[in-house]
Amino acid sequence: MANKIKVATTSLAGCFGCHMSFLDLDERLIALAEVAEFDRSPITDIEHCGPCDIGLIEGGVCNSENVHVLREFRKNCKILVAVGACAINGGLPAMRNHISLEDCLLEAYRDGIGVENAQIPNDPELPLLLDKVHPIHEVVKVDYYLPGCPPSADVFWAFLTALLEGREPSYPYELVHYD
Amino acid sequence: MMKTFIQKVLTDADYQPARLLTILRALQAEYQHIPIDAIDILADALNIPRTQIIAVVEFYSFLHLTPQGRYDILISDSITDRMQGKENLLGYLSSALKVKAGQVRDDGLVSLNNTSCTGMCDQGPAGLVNGHALTKLDRPRIDEIAALVEQQKPLGEWPPHLFAVDDNIYKAGLLLNGPIENGAAIQATYTRGINNTLEELDRAGLRGRGGAGFKTAMKWRFCAEEPSEQHFVVCNADEGEPGTFKDRVLLNSHAEQVFEGMTIAAAIIGANQGFLYLRGEYLHIFDKLQAILQQRRNAGLLGANILGQGLDFDIEIRLGAGAYICGEESALIESMEGKPGIPRNRPPYPVTSGYLNQPTVVNNVETFLAVAKIAIEGGDWFASFGTEKSAGSKILSICGDCSRPGIYEYPFGVSIEQILADCGASNVLGIQVGGPSGTFISNQEFNRQLAFEDLATGGSFIIFNNSRNILEIVQNFTHFFAHESCGFCTPCRVGTALLKKQLDKIIEGHGSAGDVVELESLCQLVKSNSHCGLGQTAANPILSTLQRYPDVYEKQLKSISYEPGFDLDGSLEIARRMAHRDDAAAHLSQVED
Ligand SMILES: Cc1cc2nc3c(=O)[nH]c(=O)nc-3n(C[C@H](O)[C@H](O)[C@H](O)COP(=O)(O)O)c2cc1C
Ligand code: SF4
Ligand code: SF4
Ligand code: FES
Repeated sequence: MANKIKVATTSLAGCFGCHMSFLDLDERLIALAEVAEFDRSPITDIEHCGPCDIGLIEGGVCNSENVHVLREFRKNCKILVAVGACAINGGLPAMRNHISLEDCLLEAYRDGIGVENAQIPNDPELPLLLDKVHPIHEVVKVDYYLPGCPPSADVFWAFLTALLEGREPSYPYELVHYD
Repeated sequence: MMKTFIQKVLTDADYQPARLLTILRALQAEYQHIPIDAIDILADALNIPRTQIIAVVEFYSFLHLTPQGRYDILISDSITDRMQGKENLLGYLSSALKVKAGQVRDDGLVSLNNTSCTGMCDQGPAGLVNGHALTKLDRPRIDEIAALVEQQKPLGEWPPHLFAVDDNIYKAGLLLNGPIENGAAIQATYTRGINNTLEELDRAGLRGRGGAGFKTAMKWRFCAEEPSEQHFVVCNADEGEPGTFKDRVLLNSHAEQVFEGMTIAAAIIGANQGFLYLRGEYLHIFDKLQAILQQRRNAGLLGANILGQGLDFDIEIRLGAGAYICGEESALIESMEGKPGIPRNRPPYPVTSGYLNQPTVVNNVETFLAVAKIAIEGGDWFASFGTEKSAGSKILSICGDCSRPGIYEYPFGVSIEQILADCGASNVLGIQVGGPSGTFISNQEFNRQLAFEDLATGGSFIIFNNSRNILEIVQNFTHFFAHESCGFCTPCRVGTALLKKQLDKIIEGHGSAGDVVELESLCQLVKSNSHCGLGQTAANPILSTLQRYPDVYEKQLKSISYEPGFDLDGSLEIARRMAHRDDAAAHLSQVED
């Protein structure tokens, strides 16, 4: 199978719930493996993304590392997909946008209950936080959006099979209503 | 203290929950906000949920849950105010009073903010102090105002020239030239017979002047045929479309005739009660209108058994509180019922289920003005003016770049060229016809005509000359809609915010190849999925200029595939400072290298 499509996935400011939901494809993963192979992804432990067909991004952009990873994906993936509420809107992590980053850091590392040895982490190894959490389309161009928190396995399946068959993805109402 | 005051306000309002807005306006004026204790008292006395009261306070921009200054100054932020130097003046006022826009000064004496078009476009920059219109603002006037505030001079003692509002009627046509005698139209209606009068309105071909152009006779017939104990007549004087101010002039100088038109409507549909819904920005004519209503009562033209014809009809004025959406007829009715102005689902239309769910006609001020004249002169007379599909005349409020901004009345079918010549406009770049929700036409289209079948307008006609920047205009309008969206439906609430963000991104120079395409598809989404006319027209400024000036947008774009709309490196600034870092990894480039 030389011409399997290449898929990469990553989680930025997300909870891995979207990845877990992807794994809910269950036995359909085997069918998927027939036609697709994984590049960078928590599934493979490959560290950097090579040229790919599809990049699935979970989570929004909350720090400088997220920006670098996202750009790596954008550079390498023909089709970039925002997966789940966090990637699409910022989601849960973006709830901090109502509070100043200064207050967040002080609460977490200096003033909060139970903080010992208070100091703001400053190791150059650590990525710095952006003052706001952004949906990924505010940082790179995004081609598709998979709604849901997380999108159900059926949504992933509907999306991937459509792309593989060369159709424009669309989701029946049952897959995208949440009440 | 407060209890006594509220009791008085409630008594004045006859404890009617529908008059909640009136009640809250009184409290706002007295306490500069709606105190939380007052909300509890009102909820009890009116037997409505306190959440409804809070929702109302939060909905209207002139009501507040936290105290504003004892002098609450709002400056109109419409495009014409800006063209007349508003931003500079706001800065000047802000430093004179030592208070930033959007804030209340620490001593509580004064607060300052922006507000949507106050309908003084021909005599701006304009503003409001405690709801009263300020016109022709300039530095000397601002110095004067700042001094009066610091002296804590009561508003009633401020010099009248600050509040002077001119009519500026430059061209009168068939309606403005021949005002009727008081009572003559009602008399004519009864002489001819009610049904025959409706026939005349039909023959006149009169279409609503508020923008949509629905046939007035048809609307009234539908309403009259609705079996119900009660019917209502409502005159829509919300006039919030930026650039429109003709209803203000009509009510200032021809209110009698408007009320007479409403009375004829009452006779035709069988109503005993009418309302004038007056936008809060026109508080300055409230007392005058009340006095006119009283005179009409005294003259037997309102009240019981009008002109001895057995018609009982009266008119009550309801003031709005700063919400453009309340011009939409079903939102207006909600507002009249003491609720947030959220448009209803239609059908049922107001003619079947309007105020208090009773059959209601809602018409524009100018429509009623025309009705009264038609009742006297007859339908054929009216239909002999204008075009086949647009009978009669249209009263325009013209503003922007011209030497004589003001009121102009033309028979429908008049060419744009003619209008421009009359008001003294030269070097014209384009015109916003019908306000932000209408169309932007370019200087290649001046042979077009003003009529429902070509360029329709509720009255707004804003002229821009070649020194103006199209994108600035579009940006002002797009921000207006985002600000005025009532928030009920997602396509408009979220969509107008996204439109604003996407447009700002392009204008600020962060746009790249896909961004205009994205903007356009957003426009279509908002236009075709929104619940009411506001959302359905909110993208018009962008769409009509994108169509005419694609190059203006293209020029803003960078030739890269994508750039974030915010300053990436700047957004690391706080974290950098707090971590005391400035190494290479503590920075981000705006665009990928
Ligand atoms: C957002 C919005 C604002 C409106 N504002 C006004 C207004 O200020 N005055 C007005 O007469 N009609 C306004 N309308 C139109 C009214 O809904 C309604 O069509 C009109 O009052 C009917 O009167 P007419 O038939 O005499 O024109 C507005 C409509 C929308 C959707
Ligand atoms: S969208 Fe939901 S499941 Fe996915 S990362 Fe965000 S919070 Fe987790
Ligand atoms: S379109 Fe806008 S203004 Fe109209 S109901 Fe929806 S949110 Fe409200
Ligand atoms: S609750 Fe409806 S969009 Fe969030």
